[in-house]
Amino acid sequence: MTGRRMLYAYTWLVIAWLTLPVLIMIAFGFNDTPGRYNQSWDGFTLKWYGRVFELDELTRALVTSLAVATVTMLVAGALGTGIGYALGRYRFRGSGTVNLVMFAAISSPELVMGASLLTLFVSLGVGPGVVTITIAHVMFCISFVAVVVRARVLTLDRSLEEAAADLGANPWTTFWRVTFPIILPAVSSGMLLAFALSIDDFVVTNFTAGTTTTFPLWIWGSTRVGLPPQVNVMGTLIFLVGVAIAVTTSIRSRPARRR
Amino acid sequence: MDDRAAIELDGVHKEFVVHGETVQAVRPLDLAIGKGEFFSLLGPSGCGKTTTMRMIAGFEEPTGGTVYLDGRDVTNVSPNKRDVNMVFQSYALFPHLSTYQNVAFGLERKKVAKAEIRRRVGEMLEIVSLTGMEKRSPREMSGGQQQRVALARALVNGPRALLLDEPLGALDLKLRQQMQTELKRIQREVGITFVYVTHDQGEALTMSDRIAVMQAGRIEQLGSPREIYEKPATRFVAGFIGTSNLLDGPAGSVDDGIAVLTYGPGERVLVPVPDGVRPGDPLEVSVRPEKIDLGRDEPATAGGSVLTGVVTDVVYHGTSTNYTVKTAAGADLVVFDQNAYSAEDLAEPGDRVFLTWSAQHSYPIGVR
Repeated sequence: MTGRRMLYAYTWLVIAWLTLPVLIMIAFGFNDTPGRYNQSWDGFTLKWYGRVFELDELTRALVTSLAVATVTMLVAGALGTGIGYALGRYRFRGSGTVNLVMFAAISSPELVMGASLLTLFVSLGVGPGVVTITIAHVMFCISFVAVVVRARVLTLDRSLEEAAADLGANPWTTFWRVTFPIILPAVSSGMLLAFALSIDDFVVTNFTAGTTTTFPLWIWGSTRVGLPPQVNVMGTLIFLVGVAIAVTTSIRSRPARRR
Repeated sequence: MDDRAAIELDGVHKEFVVHGETVQAVRPLDLAIGKGEFFSLLGPSGCGKTTTMRMIAGFEEPTGGTVYLDGRDVTNVSPNKRDVNMVFQSYALFPHLSTYQNVAFGLERKKVAKAEIRRRVGEMLEIVSLTGMEKRSPREMSGGQQQRVALARALVNGPRALLLDEPLGALDLKLRQQMQTELKRIQREVGITFVYVTHDQGEALTMSDRIAVMQAGRIEQLGSPREIYEKPATRFVAGFIGTSNLLDGPAGSVDDGIAVLTYGPGERVLVPVPDGVRPGDPLEVSVRPEKIDLGRDEPATAGGSVLTGVVTDVVYHGTSTNYTVKTAAGADLVVFDQNAYSAEDLAEPGDRVFLTWSAQHSYPIGVR
């Protein structure tokens, strides 16, 4: 019985470990703090939700981040799906190298990536800003999408595509009518991953942003002068959207009842 | 070229390169499959039967030779432009589409009018007894139902030939036997050429008009189920199809088209042989186990083959009892005895028995 009790204790410990920071963030969005210091509990209020967009700079930073994350998600989604499909489906000259590069991009330290991207942009004479941030984000997100999609394509029954061809579908129709709908869940997960990676990226963004401020950069900059509760509110909202998407995805991908 | 053939293969062969070595998957093959025929490619795994079928479907390009469909050279035509359809071993049903959408897929590709699609899909679902299942998704259906969807999806296009790649392999025995009858009925109903790939000799025997037995990339024998079973052309066919007893030895006397192989006093095997077989020629004789009579008493008449032996094994199979007999001639022979009349076993292990069968039930292998 003690073993079972220890298992319970361990489980709750892990859950607490994972959720406590998030719960603290959410709680302090409701903190009735008088000044900019939002670090001690001063009573419950909803007023920060009404005043969430009160700080122009923060709002602008959030909009920038959302825009960058959206573009990154779409571009990395499209390119990563193509690469992942090719890697999962075909053996071609250089496929091993591409595979290696994908994992290298995932595993290389962000600091190295950020510094080298800065060097690259400077030496090319490209001024840092939203465009360079987006290029950098797409670059490191492609690999994640590709890896997720590749894993799905590897387990895809090859005869599905043959069946489509057999029934008169050309390669284009086969991809869009058969392959893509089947790998769509993997593509969506890859794209959501790209969005999540992009919206809170700090290291690479810091190197490639120039004078542009994104949501994480703004938060970092204001930690020294105190984080306004609006940050907690925005963080909570982003978190809730993420949870909502995760829940809908898991409900939709739940295997149908077998007869 | 035979214009009555739905499918014709002319010198078609396929080589694969595996680890730098060239493997002959299918050796040059000439084959004509008639319109409306139920044709089986039968053989053990790796014999080239599936590769042959995939070359007909267009998924494999032959290393050489020509594939004709209805007299038209389609060797270099891609699968989506070939007028044949396939039922895959895994069924390959589109999991994101309903039964209706699966079956309609091919017609939609051909831009058939909506109303016409609805009519033809409805008709086809009726033939495969799936009316009312239109909205089900494949994973909400049983294996047998999925099998029918796969069949309907292929047949609804009215192909010149339907290719079936071990379609019953995933079903349990009972369902498999049911689907065998069903497939045969459907084939008669739609009148389309069926090319059926299987490693199950029972399946091939019960359903086919003709069977090609394949081994190591070549056809060992081509013929009706009866021919293949009764007159196996090679040792391989004799062993692969059903159970076969093989006896060899030199022909003793040849008289009136019957050769006699003698194994000792009163022990002989009679076999009909074609002209040209002379005394002393080596012969290999196949006898099917159900043709042999087993008895403890010496046979009164001595018109046919007679061998003596000792029973080593008796196995009761319900409809029949199988005896293994070690003969004085050297070979172990298997005998099936129908349990229609015998209330008890004809012999027990250790019994000395006489095996008899008439001359026409022996068949000489590989003699032409």
